[in-house]
Amino acid sequence: MIQYIIRRVAYAIPLLLAVNILTFVLFFVVNSPDDMARMQLGQKHVTEQAINNWKHQHGYDLPLLWNAEQSGLEKLRQTIFYQKSIGLFLFDFGISDSGRNIGHDISERMWPSLALALPSLIVGLLVNITVALMMVLFRNSYLELGTIVLCVILMSISSLFYIIGGQFFIGKILKLVPISGYDSGFSAIKFLILPIIISVISGLGAGARWYRTLFLEEVEKDYVRTARAKGLSEVQVLFRHVLKNAMIPILTGVVVVLPLLFMGSLIMESFFSIPGLGSYTIDAINRQDFAIVRSMVFLGSVLYILGLLMTDISYTWVDPRVRLS
Amino acid sequence: MTHQMMSSFLSVKMRSQVCFFYSVLVFLVGCEMAPLNNPYRKVEPGVSVLYSSFAERPKHLDPAKAYSSNEYAFIGQIYEPPLQYHYLKRPYQLIPLTAEKMLTVKYYNRLGQIIDGKDAAQVAYSDYLISIKPGIQFQPHPAFSRDEKGRLLYHHLNAEQLDGIDVLGDFEQRGSRELVAEDYVYQIKRLAYPKIQSPIAGVMQNYIVGFAEFAEKMQDQPITVLKDMPLDGVQATGRYQYRIRIKGKYPQFKFWLAMPFFAAMPWEADAFYAQPGLIDKNITLDWYPVGTGPYYLTENNPNRRMVLEKNPLFHDEFYPIVGEAGDKRNGLLADAGKKLPFIDRVMYVLEKENIPYWNKFLQGYYDASGIASDSFDQAVQFTGEGDAKLTPMMREKGIQLQTAVTTSVFYLGFNMLDKVIGGYSEQKQKLRQAISIAVNYEEYIAIFMNGRGVPAQGVLPPGIYGYQDGKAGINPFVYDWVKGKPKRKSIAVARQLLAEAGYPNGIDPVTGEALTLYFDTASASVDERPRMNWFRKQFAKLGIKLIIRATDYNRFQQKMRQGSGQLFIWGWNADYPDPENFFFLLYGPNSKAKNGGENAVNYENPDYDRLFEKMRNMDNSPERLAIIQQMQQILRRDAPWVFGVNPKSFSLFHSWYKNIKPNLMANNRLKYTRIEADLRKQKRYQWNQPVFWPLVLIFVLLAISVYPAIRAYRRRLQETIV
Repeated sequence: MIQYIIRRVAYAIPLLLAVNILTFVLFFVVNSPDDMARMQLGQKHVTEQAINNWKHQHGYDLPLLWNAEQSGLEKLRQTIFYQKSIGLFLFDFGISDSGRNIGHDISERMWPSLALALPSLIVGLLVNITVALMMVLFRNSYLELGTIVLCVILMSISSLFYIIGGQFFIGKILKLVPISGYDSGFSAIKFLILPIIISVISGLGAGARWYRTLFLEEVEKDYVRTARAKGLSEVQVLFRHVLKNAMIPILTGVVVVLPLLFMGSLIMESFFSIPGLGSYTIDAINRQDFAIVRSMVFLGSVLYILGLLMTDISYTWVDPRVRLS
Repeated sequence: MTHQMMSSFLSVKMRSQVCFFYSVLVFLVGCEMAPLNNPYRKVEPGVSVLYSSFAERPKHLDPAKAYSSNEYAFIGQIYEPPLQYHYLKRPYQLIPLTAEKMLTVKYYNRLGQIIDGKDAAQVAYSDYLISIKPGIQFQPHPAFSRDEKGRLLYHHLNAEQLDGIDVLGDFEQRGSRELVAEDYVYQIKRLAYPKIQSPIAGVMQNYIVGFAEFAEKMQDQPITVLKDMPLDGVQATGRYQYRIRIKGKYPQFKFWLAMPFFAAMPWEADAFYAQPGLIDKNITLDWYPVGTGPYYLTENNPNRRMVLEKNPLFHDEFYPIVGEAGDKRNGLLADAGKKLPFIDRVMYVLEKENIPYWNKFLQGYYDASGIASDSFDQAVQFTGEGDAKLTPMMREKGIQLQTAVTTSVFYLGFNMLDKVIGGYSEQKQKLRQAISIAVNYEEYIAIFMNGRGVPAQGVLPPGIYGYQDGKAGINPFVYDWVKGKPKRKSIAVARQLLAEAGYPNGIDPVTGEALTLYFDTASASVDERPRMNWFRKQFAKLGIKLIIRATDYNRFQQKMRQGSGQLFIWGWNADYPDPENFFFLLYGPNSKAKNGGENAVNYENPDYDRLFEKMRNMDNSPERLAIIQQMQQILRRDAPWVFGVNPKSFSLFHSWYKNIKPNLMANNRLKYTRIEADLRKQKRYQWNQPVFWPLVLIFVLLAISVYPAIRAYRRRLQETIV
C-alpha cells in the first residue's frame, strides 16, 4: 500500500503543476499586473509611477512565463510564474498582494470553516441515513410515500431560501438563536446551531433519497433473506446487515469530501458571517489578489487529490476483498 | 399490586406528567427570560459599548495608505492630524485638534521676501507653521516599551520572544511617549517613501518642496533610515512646532491637514513592525495602528470583529459648546463642555449580508443602520410633499431617521475627444444639452434610488462653497424655474435642440438612420439590466439608439484611460469642502486620456482652465464666488457631463443613540457619540423574548404523523403465517 500511496503522490505533482499553470494563465488573461496595481492602490490620484512602484514592490514587473532578457535557467526563474508558484509546492503560500501572510490567514480561517462543515457533515449523514432507513423500514406505506414527496420538495428548493427562511423563522420570529455571527471556543456553539440545522435540512432531500436507493438495493439480496429467516427483526436486519454492506458507496461520497471541508462554504459563511475560508477566495478574486487565488486553488487541488487517495484507502478498511496495488 | 392500586398509581403518574408538561409549556410560553439570540458576550457593568458592523475588511489601516471611507471609520478615531472639522457648525469649519491654534501661513516671493499672498502669481512658496499642544501621549503600545535602562524592549525580538506572540495583545509590556512635532514630520516622509505607496504621493510631490527628490533618494533605502533623512520642505522647528513649505500658493492645503494622511506617526512604530518575525504573523502597522486619538484598536480580526477601546491616555478634549441654530433645540448641546469620548468600547462585527444585518438592527443588536433597498419600504415612506419619514413600525420602536445630501456627485459623462458626442462647437453643445434634458434624473432617483438623491444642477454638490440654492442655482439649459421649483424642460425643447445640432428626430444625416451612441459600463450583471434599459429608453425619447457596451471593470478602466469610451457613468466624493476639489475634475491638464488625471471626460476649455487657475488659489470671497458661478455657467453650456445626482444618505439610529448630526467631512465623529446603555438593555429584553410553542407544535405534528406507521409496523411484526 505504501508503494501505491507514493505512486499516487508522484502522479499528483504534474497534476498540481498543470492546475497551477491553468490558474495562472486564466488569471492573467483577465487581469494584467497594471489592473492589479490599480485595484490595490484605489481610485483616486493613481499615477503611472505609483503603479510601477507597486509592481516592482510585489514582483509583478517581471515577464509572465518567459524572460527572454535573461540567460540559461534564469529565463524561467526570473518570471512571475516561477517566483510566485514554486513556493506553493513547499506549502509556502507567501504574502498576499495586500501584504498579509497567506499561510497565517489560512490557518486562522480554516477552523471556523471546519467548525461549521464537520458537524454539518456528521449530523447530516446521521439524519440522512436514519431517514433513508426509516423509508426502507416503512416501505410501501404512506410514510414512505410522504417522505419521498417531502424529499423531492426539499430538493427543489434553493439553498438560499433555506438560509433566509431559517434566519427569518428561527432567528427573527422564534428568536431562539442569533441570526448571524461567530465567536471563539464554546461560545461558537450558539452561532453554529442555525447554520447546521439549515445545512442538514437543505441536504436531507437528496441525501435521504440517495441512501434509500442504496439500501433498497441491499434489502433484496440473499443475505438479507437469510438474516430474516434466522428470525432477526427488520430493525436488526437493517442496522446490523444492510447498513454495513451499503458502506462502500456511502464512504465514496463522504471520504472524498472530508479534506474539502477545510475549504468552507461560501454562501453559508457569508450569510452567517462565519469567518471561514469559504469567502476568502471570492474576496480575493474580487480584490484581484492573485497571490491568494493561486494559493487557494492549489490548496483545493491538493485536498481533492488527498480525498481521492483517502477514499481508495478507506475501501481496504471496509471491504477486505479490496487490495491496493 | 392490585389492579385498583395500579390504576391509581398510573393516574397519579399521568397527572404528574401532564402537570410537568403543562408547567413547561407555561414556562416556555409565558415567562420572561434573557434573550437567547444575543450575539454578544456579557459586558462588564458600567462599560458603555457601541455595536456597529463592517461588510468588508478595511484594506489599509496605515494612515499613509488608507483613503476610503471604510478605512477612515477606524483610523479616524485612532490617528490625529493637527486639524479637524467642527462637529456642529456649518458650513464646515476647520478647528485645531492636536494643534494649539489654527495654523499660520506665510507667503514668500522669489526673492524670499514675505508678502501678503493676495496675488497668487507673486507667491513663490508658502510656509505653513503648525504648533501642537504639549503633553499629548500616544496610546499604550509595545513599540514604546523600554526596559529599566531605557532601551526599547521589543525592537530586537528573537525567536524565543516571538514564540508566544500571535496578536499584538500578547505583548506583556506597553509604553507610551509624548507626541512631538517630529512625529508629524516623520509621517510626511512616509507619504513620500516609495515602498509605502501612499495614494497621495503623486499629488503631494506637486506641492511640498523637496518631496519628489526625497522620494527618489529613498527609493532603495530601508524604512528604518527614514527618520534621519531630511526632507527639505518639512522640518521640525522646535519640540512642538513644525513647518511645511509649499510650492506657490495652495490654500486647499489646510484641508489636507485635517485628513489622516497628515496624522502623527511615531518612528518607533515603523521600527517595531519592520521586524520579520512580526510580519510573518501578520502583525504590521497596516493592521495594528498606533495613534494619539480617543480610541485604540485592541482586537483586529477582520474575519470576525474589530474592537476599539477608549485610549486611557487620551488628551483633554471637550464636546463643543456652540453649534448652529437649532442644535440646542435638537438636544445636540446637551453634552456641551463634557470630556470626550463618551463610549468606552466600540465593537465592529463582520456582517456581509444585508438581511441578517437589518434583522439584527431591528432586534437592537446594532445601534445604527443604513437602509438597503430591500428594506427601504419597511423603514421609510414619503409624504405628499416628497419628504421622507419613518414608517409607523419604526416610529413605534423609537428609531430616528437622519438624512443628508452627500458631498458627492454621480454624472453621465461625454467623452469630449469623441468625434460624435465630443467637441466644442455650438452644434455639439446642443446635442449634449438635448441629451441632458432627455435623461430624466428625477425619474432615475425615484426608480433606482428610492428617492435618495437630488438632481445635480452643476458640478458642485450642496455643502460645498459656491453651491447655490434656488433659482440662481439651477442649470438653465435643462431646467426652468416654475412656481418656486426647478422644472425639467420638455422633451420638445430637447428635440428642437437635437434638430439644431443636426440630428432632426434623432436621425443621423450621414447614415440616414437613427443616431447610434455607445454607453460603456462595468455593470454587466443581470441586476443592472433594468438600469441599462432605462438609459436606452431615455435616449429613445429623442430617437437616438443607445448601445450598451458592458465589460469588466478592468477593460472599462482601460477604455477610460485610452479615451476610447463615448458615454459612461462616473462619480466623485469630496476630499475636502472646497470647490477646487470638484472643478479640478474638468481642468484640461487633468485629462485622463492625455495625462492620466481625474478629468475622465477629457474636457478642455481655455476659458474654464484660466478661471480655474485663478479660483483655486483664492480665499473664499465674493470675487471667488463670482468666478465659481462663471465656471458653472461655462460647464452648463458646454455640458461635458449630464449633471446626474447628488446622493442622499439615509441612516437609522435607535432611541438610545445620542448626539446625531450628519458631518460628511469629519472622520472622527465617534468621540461625540453617546449611548444610553440601560435603555438599550431594556429594549433588547422587550424585543427578543424567545418563542417556543411553534417548536412544540412541530414535534407534536411529527409524532402524530409517525405514530400510525409505528403501530402498523408492530402489527406486521406480530403477524403469523397462517
